[in-house]
Amino acid sequence: MANHPLIEQLQQKFGQGITGWNLEAIDPWIEVAPDALVPVCRYLKEEPSLQFNMLNCITAVDYFEPDPKKAKKVDFEPHLELVYHLWSIPNKRSLVLKVMLPRWKDDQVGQLPEVPSVSCVWRTAEWHEREVYDLSGVMFTGHPDLRRILLPEDWEGHPLRKDYQFPLEYHGIRCQ
Amino acid sequence: MDSQVDSASQVIELDVRTDEMLVNMGPQHPSTHGVLRLVLRTDGEVVSEVIPHIGYLHRCAEKIGENLTPRQWIPYTDRMDYLAGMNMNLGWALTVEKLLGLQVTEKCRHLRVIIVELNRIASHLLGLGAYGLDLGAFTPFFYCFREREKILDLFEAACGARLTYSYLTVGGATHDLPPGWVKRCEQFLREFQPVVDELHTLLTTNAIFIHRTANIGVLPAEMAIDYGCTGPVLRGSGVDHDLRRDGEEFYTQMYDGYAFEVAVMRDGQYPRDHKYPPVPSQAVLGDCWHRFFVRMIEIQQSIDLVWQALDKYSTTRGSIGSPIKLNQKLPKGEAYLETECPRGQMGFMIVSDGNSAIPRRVRARSSSFCNLSVVKELCQGVLIADVPAIIGSLDIVMGEIDR
Repeated sequence: MANHPLIEQLQQKFGQGITGWNLEAIDPWIEVAPDALVPVCRYLKEEPSLQFNMLNCITAVDYFEPDPKKAKKVDFEPHLELVYHLWSIPNKRSLVLKVMLPRWKDDQVGQLPEVPSVSCVWRTAEWHEREVYDLSGVMFTGHPDLRRILLPEDWEGHPLRKDYQFPLEYHGIRCQ
Repeated sequence: MDSQVDSASQVIELDVRTDEMLVNMGPQHPSTHGVLRLVLRTDGEVVSEVIPHIGYLHRCAEKIGENLTPRQWIPYTDRMDYLAGMNMNLGWALTVEKLLGLQVTEKCRHLRVIIVELNRIASHLLGLGAYGLDLGAFTPFFYCFREREKILDLFEAACGARLTYSYLTVGGATHDLPPGWVKRCEQFLREFQPVVDELHTLLTTNAIFIHRTANIGVLPAEMAIDYGCTGPVLRGSGVDHDLRRDGEEFYTQMYDGYAFEVAVMRDGQYPRDHKYPPVPSQAVLGDCWHRFFVRMIEIQQSIDLVWQALDKYSTTRGSIGSPIKLNQKLPKGEAYLETECPRGQMGFMIVSDGNSAIPRRVRARSSSFCNLSVVKELCQGVLIADVPAIIGSLDIVMGEIDR
């Protein structure tokens, strides 16, 4: 419950930009609308009482069940979740932000969902976002240099998607 | 560009015309510490831009983790930072324990401190030895490897492996230390103590070494934080932050009752619990020399911690507990935890749906990954010969960057 004043503070400032929270979770989190992400992050970093000056990690979690039999039993709608782990060095505390995204933009398979890049707030986001784009297939708008980082430039697909199909061959190398 | 360009470009004779050239450094280059490719844009001897290309060692660790139970994934964490396998094991084990709400026994807590601090010494020894090698100092490398070998012998006695241990696991460790191990470890620490002073003589106060590292690759504190640099790289820039003291309680409780001082320059002074050589006048806070020196102090700090832990371990009664079952069902939820590894803060995340033993998502946040991202800022306008000095001072391990 220690985070309660923070949520009130954020709601006052951003209103509809804060779309939900869970304070009972192991790592309590706040959900932010994609449009409000950059202003919220900038506020969290620059507000003197908060000073979340370090972005630890960006993770994309794919909530999707490729097996149609199992898909009937799951308790979630298919979606992608971006998890931002922040840390404040002066205050020694952490914060988790979440952004919910559709798996595909406009429900068209192959169209990557878009979210604004936070690389203008923390420079380290530049590489983290490249990795999320590479492995999980999320388009970061406003990113200075969004290209694959771990996989080859001509690789197809995004392996950490649950419906990813491994290629049969790559440049004449049999893969399966 | 900054002032480094001005001082560096004086080296070039004015009447020599040079063209811009792209030089490929790596992926098979000894001083890139693994399979890292750097594209250098050079003008004569001066580097104007560095573009790192990574991914040559990508082994899909996170994807594999989505198909294994947490204990089965332990060996994959070994192979991330293969120079500090114990620290990786611990990071992942603690993350899963955080999700399960599991506490290890008191005896196991001290065992873990002994093991991870020994591994920190071993990792730093290799990092420092190889750094000397990068700069052309061949001898320190042998001194470091000789001592590291003794630590690996200790690990071999404890768990049977010398590099990829899978020793610390969820719920404790695979087995307790064998009889007589504590005595052997004490013997090693007594023999190792004088070697630290030798290393200070060989590198820290070596005039050539100081010339090659002091005032090279200066990383200001703000930039270090902005790029997410952690560990000795962050502390070398004078930021007083060590997760063993400042981290989440679930991690810091492991070090409850241990006395140590964070290796960082505070008010112009490094900790004075031991006799360290003075900071050379040429060195600037945040340069390669300071990053190196922080690691040297951390070796001493780890020796002290192991001494304390051995004492506590020997006097604590009880067992080290037993690991969880291989196929233990995970509760619904997600947990993220960062631990202080030799190269910086290594974070693991686990997301579970709550209906199987296999997590939905595992994530490894690599410290070297973030530390390497700052290289393009550090290498602007330096001489080509200083690029290995800067890369070496970041002490990266490609296995961890590419995962």
